[in-house]
Amino acid sequence: MNKTISLACGNGGEENNELISKVFYKAFKNDILEKGEDAAIIHNGELAFSTDSFTVSPLFFAGADIGKLAVCGTCNDLAMMGAKPKYLTCSVIIEEGFVTADLERIVASMKQELEINGAVVVSGDTKVVPRGSVDKIFINTTGIGEVLKSGISANAITNEDVILVNRDIGCHGATIFAAREGMEMSSSLKSDCASLFPQVKALIDGGVEITALRDATRGGVSAVLNEWSKQSNICIEVEEEKIPVSDEVKGICEMLGFEATALANEGTFVLAIKKDHAELACRILKEFNPHAEIIANVTSRHVGKVVLNSSWGTSRFLEMPNGELLPRIC
Amino acid sequence: MCLSIPSKVVKIDKENNIATVDTMGVSRDASLDLMQEGDVKIGDYVLLHIGFIMNKIDEEDALLSLETYKEIIQVMDEEDRQKAILEDDECPNRGT
Amino acid sequence: MALELKNLYDDFRDAKTIKAYAKIIQEDAKKLPLPINIMEVCGGHTHTIMKYGILQLLPKNIKFVHGPGCPVCIMPKERIDHAYALAMQEDVILVTLGDMIKVPGSNGSLQDARSKGADVRFVYSPMDCMKIAKENPHAKIIFFAIGFETTTPMTAALLDVVIKKDIKNIFFHINHVTVPEAMAALLSDDECKINAFLGPSHVSVISGSKIYEEFPRDFNKPVVVSGFEPVDVMQSISMIVKQFVENRCELEVEYKRAVNRDGNLNAQRLNDKYFEQVENFRWRGLGDIPKSGLKLKAEYDIYNAEVIYDAILPKEPIDDHKLCICGDILKGKANPPECSIFGTACKPTSPIGSCMVSSEGACAAYYKYGNLI
Repeated sequence: MNKTISLACGNGGEENNELISKVFYKAFKNDILEKGEDAAIIHNGELAFSTDSFTVSPLFFAGADIGKLAVCGTCNDLAMMGAKPKYLTCSVIIEEGFVTADLERIVASMKQELEINGAVVVSGDTKVVPRGSVDKIFINTTGIGEVLKSGISANAITNEDVILVNRDIGCHGATIFAAREGMEMSSSLKSDCASLFPQVKALIDGGVEITALRDATRGGVSAVLNEWSKQSNICIEVEEEKIPVSDEVKGICEMLGFEATALANEGTFVLAIKKDHAELACRILKEFNPHAEIIANVTSRHVGKVVLNSSWGTSRFLEMPNGELLPRIC
Repeated sequence: MCLSIPSKVVKIDKENNIATVDTMGVSRDASLDLMQEGDVKIGDYVLLHIGFIMNKIDEEDALLSLETYKEIIQVMDEEDRQKAILEDDECPNRGT
Repeated sequence: MALELKNLYDDFRDAKTIKAYAKIIQEDAKKLPLPINIMEVCGGHTHTIMKYGILQLLPKNIKFVHGPGCPVCIMPKERIDHAYALAMQEDVILVTLGDMIKVPGSNGSLQDARSKGADVRFVYSPMDCMKIAKENPHAKIIFFAIGFETTTPMTAALLDVVIKKDIKNIFFHINHVTVPEAMAALLSDDECKINAFLGPSHVSVISGSKIYEEFPRDFNKPVVVSGFEPVDVMQSISMIVKQFVENRCELEVEYKRAVNRDGNLNAQRLNDKYFEQVENFRWRGLGDIPKSGLKLKAEYDIYNAEVIYDAILPKEPIDDHKLCICGDILKGKANPPECSIFGTACKPTSPIGSCMVSSEGACAAYYKYGNLI
């Protein structure tokens, strides 16, 4: 580990995982934590418990804002464990001079999103700090959910499963880059930020045999697939041309030299579903977004790694994203 | 070398010598400072590199390349077809 | 048919076309008198080759030697230390392009400088310096310019605007390098195993294909200037193989839709106005290569950060780690997996040599995409 924490340590990729295991897991050792799931399953498997902090900049962007993100982020982590989001806390750290009307806008977004999840905020905290101590506003939400379907785990994926995504990938990351100062672009791109519980509920109600779910936030779909291949000791072989990517996201990726699989998402999740139920799962998901797709098989070709197979017969590894996401120049 | 993407010119701002280009639904502004005045027109395909237009893509040459690719695919398809026929002819299970 | 933007992407990445060329290359390669080593000079080509698995489509008698075509990879440590020293100055905002941020110097990378409080920003275009300068009138904006011939005219264009608009707080640290000198230097080593070159795509757009004429003529090495899409690369490999089979040694252009003999004369004029060749530029892994870099002409000293900050800039050349074999990798004498520290002490997150430093370097590309080759 380096002497100081670099920006890369927050990227959701290799450095982030190193920081988490070498500093936090080392100190907070316990079985529940080390499972490394999206939310902790506690209280005899009845409840799911998760926390997340939101520091996105800009605060308002096409498709969402930091408020919507703060509710979706935590509720989605609960949903990914098959739990219905019920109670949230909301803690904010506000920079002196922040515009009150903006704060009201953010809170209104949060309210709207809570309604979609059927959850309520039951406790909170507010801090205001001197100018320069935070970048406008940071929000933390912690959530408790009621487990509707147990046994969902990233450690249990086998070659009886196939891998799906629920929609086209990379929209959030691409939107944020396009909106950020210094990258003057205009496009019809917008963040995919959305609550996923309705989709998870539909799958559970439809009787789909779900092995694992994970929302592809920082580090993108690439991070999820790599984490799963390590946690379950499998090889995930992706058919490259099956990965759904919109033209607009492709455009940003071309311009800046990114790969869509490394871009963050806030409403896109990856599923491991038993082979016989895959088509059914895909049909249910397509009701929410037409781009749901089966993208990969599970094999033992290179255990612990993710392989991308091209449509012209070549293969390469899809590595865990590392470093800050920087545009390539050449 | 040097990440550069084909884009289509959709607008020209003569005063600031800037063109607006479109790349698969994403549009951005790029400087025309490296191009001859009047050389770039709306509808042209250009190469973009770090915020500048570097040159124009020659449409005729591009189309010629695509023609070449069509031809070699045809040849490959024909060869594959012939091979399939031959394999079929030599199949021991085939009745006469 | 009318050309659409989609054609310029999809058709040059078409799976069937790639397969068709793979077949042609396999057939022609059977007639090759000897195995051939092709060097792709440019990092963008290394990226294409790795990303699209092109090596898996080639017969065993065609190999690739991955060239020094990455301006970040070849930056000597002492010049990275220049960037670090400049960034740590109180009133300086150091601005540079993408990958430079991660390259480690003796004290750390620009990323490390930033976590120590230095104001370091990466930009998509040199012109972004204008906005930064305007928003920070009391700061000194130093543009740490890197890149080959493709990127040089954009730096010149920024200086042009800075002079025209009399902007007082933008300065330049120039690290532009040129490709043909490096190619010639590689060939000067008797043990160099390169038989032919895949010429860079966009360097050639700016300087024209004329800059490679010496290679078939004086060195007996064919050059095919290639586009950077996978179909372009496959077609170019096919053209090289045909040259060897037909006993020709020529400069050919595959990337006809973008490259001609003369290049972009406007851009060349801008370069000539502000820059001149240096006596020597030290390439990490390759050593001193005469006339292979550029510097600002003396009349622009007032914009030259290397002159203004001369007192604080380290001068001693710094050698690479003794186990680093980047020099040999760049000359085709070795491949990344043959290096004793590849993937262990030397990784993308902790690079030791130039080839691992940027995502375009041969070692980084092998680390990321390799093993399946």
